[in-house]
This record gives sequence, structure tokens and C-alpha cells, in this order.
Amino acid sequence: MSETETNAGDPAPPLAVAAPKRGLTVGVVAVIAAIFVAFPLLVTDPTTTSIAFFALVFMVAASAWNIFSGYSGYLALGHAVFFGTGGYAVAVAARDWHVAGGWPVFVLVLFGGLVAGLIAIPVGLVALRTRRHTFVVVTIAIFFIFQLAAFNLSFTGGTSGILLPLAPFSAANFNTPFYYVALVILILTVVTSWLVRRSRFGLQLLAIRDDEDRALGLGVKTRRLKLTAFVISAVPIGIVGGLYFDFVGQIYPQFAFDPLFDLSIALMAFLGGLGTIVGPLLGALVLESLQQYLTQTFSSSATYLIAYGVLFLVVILIMPRGVVPGVSALLERRRVKAAVNASAERDAKVPGGVAGAAQ
Amino acid sequence: MSFTALLQAIVDGILTGGVYALMAAGLTLIFGVMDIINIAQGVMVILGAYLSYELSVHLGIGLLPGLLITVPFMFGLGVAVEFCFMRRLRDQDRTQMSILVTYAVAIVIEGILTAIFGVDYVQLQASYVNSSVHIFGFYLADIYLIGFALAVALLAGLYYLLYRTKFGRSVRASLQNRTAADLIGINVNRVRTISVGIGVSVTAVGGMVFGATNSFNPNTGYDLISRLLAIVIMGGMGSIGGAMAAAVFILVINDVVAVVWSPTWAPLVYFVALVIVLSFRPQGLFGRSAVRAQ
Repeated sequence: MSETETNAGDPAPPLAVAAPKRGLTVGVVAVIAAIFVAFPLLVTDPTTTSIAFFALVFMVAASAWNIFSGYSGYLALGHAVFFGTGGYAVAVAARDWHVAGGWPVFVLVLFGGLVAGLIAIPVGLVALRTRRHTFVVVTIAIFFIFQLAAFNLSFTGGTSGILLPLAPFSAANFNTPFYYVALVILILTVVTSWLVRRSRFGLQLLAIRDDEDRALGLGVKTRRLKLTAFVISAVPIGIVGGLYFDFVGQIYPQFAFDPLFDLSIALMAFLGGLGTIVGPLLGALVLESLQQYLTQTFSSSATYLIAYGVLFLVVILIMPRGVVPGVSALLERRRVKAAVNASAERDAKVPGGVAGAAQ
Repeated sequence: MSFTALLQAIVDGILTGGVYALMAAGLTLIFGVMDIINIAQGVMVILGAYLSYELSVHLGIGLLPGLLITVPFMFGLGVAVEFCFMRRLRDQDRTQMSILVTYAVAIVIEGILTAIFGVDYVQLQASYVNSSVHIFGFYLADIYLIGFALAVALLAGLYYLLYRTKFGRSVRASLQNRTAADLIGINVNRVRTISVGIGVSVTAVGGMVFGATNSFNPNTGYDLISRLLAIVIMGGMGSIGGAMAAAVFILVINDVVAVVWSPTWAPLVYFVALVIVLSFRPQGLFGRSAVRAQ
């Protein structure tokens, strides 16, 4: 029950992405990482690199969101709270402490993550009193409380918002530093997600997702765990929130606390595969790039709204569990089929019949 | 702030609460029968408002007669959404998935509305939108009275349908226990489809009244759905009476806060009240805690 390592002989834990060969996985990860690192060197068009930056931001957000919602099964639709508070923390601090643009603000971004993490504690304490759909709605309600506060409090600058100090980078390479900072945050987030996923902590979260009452009965300290995961997922979102609004140059309420953000990261994680490590990254990369591309090409939000919604509805009808689990389930079924056939050939009597009935 | 202003706020709250009760009743009916939270309800209200707008501006059909067209249209839309998406969700994570799916439906509707109407705010106009009557020292806007009367009539009709007809018994049976309802020969799928149709068709009326009392654009649906969800959750999901009580309760408080404190902070009441209620009663004011354990 409490093993932290799965040996080769053990059955794969639930939801594990089929892990064929370790060396192959490491190689693929290294190649992908190299592509991401080299990207701004190869592509210098500012439009494209800004799309790449936005994609990285949302990959962080979807991946962090997944650490809580994907693993624990609690669908949170209010993480824009942390995106917005991270952004506002950086903007307010930069304004009041007269921080210069560029690298000093990049350091300040960590402060945004800290504030988001601190905010997540009371929010989590309140929201996690409820479960399932009530939890979803409570997170939405809390989100609107924050949006309203941003509109009406004095230090947020109200509707007109706050300007952030302009970074002193040359126009030609303006996006590159932002890109690499986002990439570093992304790597740290993915590593966190991976560490959580393979730890005892992660297993306990999965147990909560599968059957919370039973997990509680078996001694999982569910409340503390859920809150911890909630806070862990809030911090990276706060950090990229700060970075995002630093890049955009200003922050105002309807943009910082955007209901579409809540939905977007959920859709991204869902599209790729809830509860997997790769899924949210893939979903965010595809969807955010698509969205940015469509917005910049058609200039009206209508096109991407329709494309977004339709794409999601189509995927949900074809692969109700998301792309990554959908594909790996397909591969798994093939492998099982092959194995069943092989064992059925070996002893023709019982196993084949049972396995056939179970399918 | 005078005593009459306070009373006026309470009366206004009750009148607008009636309309919110109607929209929330549709939402809670869909949840009760299908275990589905229809996030698109808010944008559907806006769609209803735009339909009324189109009919009145371009075809010269008044707001009230226009309902004869918009209500069946929204009913059809509800049936279509149920048929295409809702019934395809698997049972085990139905509610959570439904939030995502109906959210996606909402985005598509919002996108279509944006493409057609743009993002400029509009408001419905009719002779009775800006007039008011003077009763017992209160000024009551005609549109509020009409909306309230419509809402009460429709809620009474809904009550009659659910509690006094054979169809209503089938709805309540499928609401209590799907398998048992199946076993005694109720066509649960048909009951569900029609219930969703009814739950969505009330948005046509809600949209007409909302559009006449507020200016709106395709984006307004999010604000609205968050309020409706607060009402429905506070009343207890699946309880129509609870939704009605919570709607009136929350809008009266909203209007009173607007008068006593400030209109900018009034919407906060929805969410603070919701969070407080749920901290003590996670199932809502009138919710059944054990029945719907899944």
C-alpha cells in the first residue's frame, strides 16, 4: 500500500502513461527540451515568439492546475484568482517600491507566487469544505469576489488598472528574456508535477479522487492533503500571472480575473488528459497557440470562441477522457489483446474466456 | 437614506427576485433530473434577450408577443443540447463533466452572438420599459411588475406541471431514482429531454425581462450565470422551492445593500452569503444531503 517505488514486476499504477522504455522516454524529453530552448534562436519573428511565450504561460498554468484538480479530481474553476493576485502583487509592488522594469521585475515575480500561495490558504480552507459540483461553484463564487474586489478597491487602480514598468530590452529581442524566464518556470512546474505524481503524496491524492471516503477511512489525511495540493497548484500560477502582466505591460480587473482563463486551463488539461503529466502541457500548447493565432489573424474574438468551443465538444464526444489517456488506452487495449491471445493459445481453457467476458 | 428608500429596495428586490427565481428554477430543474449543471443557462438568457431584440427591432414584434416565438425556440435549443451532448456523458463523473461541456456550449453561443451582434451593449425597448406606476408611495417600474407577474405565472405553471400531472410524476420519479423509474415503465430519456427543454425555455422569458431592465452584450452571460449558480446552490441543488426562496432572499439583500452601503459592492452579497451558507450547510438551505450521495 505504501510503496513509493513501483518495481518492474508490479502492475502499473492506475492512469500511468504506458512507459515502454526508460531510455526512449529520456531521449524524447531531451529532444523536446532542446527544441524549446533553441526556439527563440531559430525563430526571431516577434509575433511568433510572443505566441510561444503565451503558450509557455498557459502550459505552466494548466500543469499547475492539474497538480490539484487533475490528481485530486476536484474541479477548480477559480484559479484565475491566483493568476490575477500574482499579477496584481507584482504590479502594485513594482509601482509602490519603484522597481525598475526588466530583470528586477522578474525577481519580483516570485513575490507574486508567494502572495498567490498565501491567498490560496484561506480560499482553500473555505472552498474545500464542500465537494464535487458544490466545490466547483464555490470556486467560481470566490473568483467573482476577487474580481469585484479588484474593480472596487483603491490600491488596484479600479477599472483603469495599473501600468507595469517597461522592460529595457531592445525591440528586436524584447520577447526572448520573457520566453526563457517562462521556460524556467515551466520546467520547475513540470518537475514538481512529476515529483508529486510519483510520491506517496500523489498516490494519496489519486486515492481521494477515486474514493475520498474510503481514502479517509484508510488513514489519508484528506483535508490537509487537499489544501497542500491546492496551495502548491496556486504558486506557479501566481508566478506566471506576474510574468504575464509584466509582459503585457498593464493589468486591469476584467483581464486579470477573466472567467475564460478558468475555463481555458481546465479545457487544456482536460483536452490533453486530466491527471497525466504530459496531457495538460500538450493541451495548453495546442490550444493557446491556436487561440493566439486565431485572435491575431481574425482580430475578432468570435472566431476563436467558436473554434474553441466546437473543438472541445468534438473531443469530448470522441475521447471522453482526453487525448493522452485516450491514445494510451488504445495502445493498452492492443497490448492486452495481444497478451490475451498469447495466453489463450498457451492454455486454451479458462483465462481466454474470462478475459473475453471482462472486456 | 430614508425608511421609504429601504422599503422601496425591498420591494424591488422581491420583484426582480421573481425573475431570477424563474431562471434559477430552470437551472435547478435540469440539475434535479439530469445531474447536470447547465453553465450555458446564463448565455442562453442573453440569447433569449437578443432574440427578443431582433424580433422587436427588425420585425416589429413586441416583447410580449415575441415570447410566443422565443420560448419554443429556446425549448428546441434545450432539447438539441440535451440530445447532442448531455445524454452522452457517462454516469460516474457526469456532473463535473457537464460543467465543462455546457461551458463549451456557452462559449460557442457567445462566439456566435459576438459574430452577429458585436460587443456593444444594447437594451430592449418598449412602451412599458420606462414607465412606472405609483402605488402606496412606491414607484414600481411596469417592466418589473410584468416580469414578476410572468415569473409567478410560469412558476405556478411549472409547479402544476410537476406536482399535478402524470408527466410531473414521471419527472419526479426519474429525479428520485432513475433505475426504479425505468423499471415502472417511465421513458426516462424522454422525460429528461423534455425537462431540459422546459428548463432552458424559461430563459426566453428571463432574457426578455433581463434585457429590458439591464443593458447587455454577449459577455453578460458569465455575470448572470455566477449569480444564478449562487442562488441555486444556496437554495440546494435540485430544489425548485429552494431556488425561489434563495432568489428572492439574495436579491432583496442585494438591493438593500445597494441602498444602505453602495451599489458597487452589492454583488458581493451573492458570493459572501453563499460562502457563509455553505460553510454551515454544505448542501444548501433546502438541499437534501443524503439522497444524492453520488
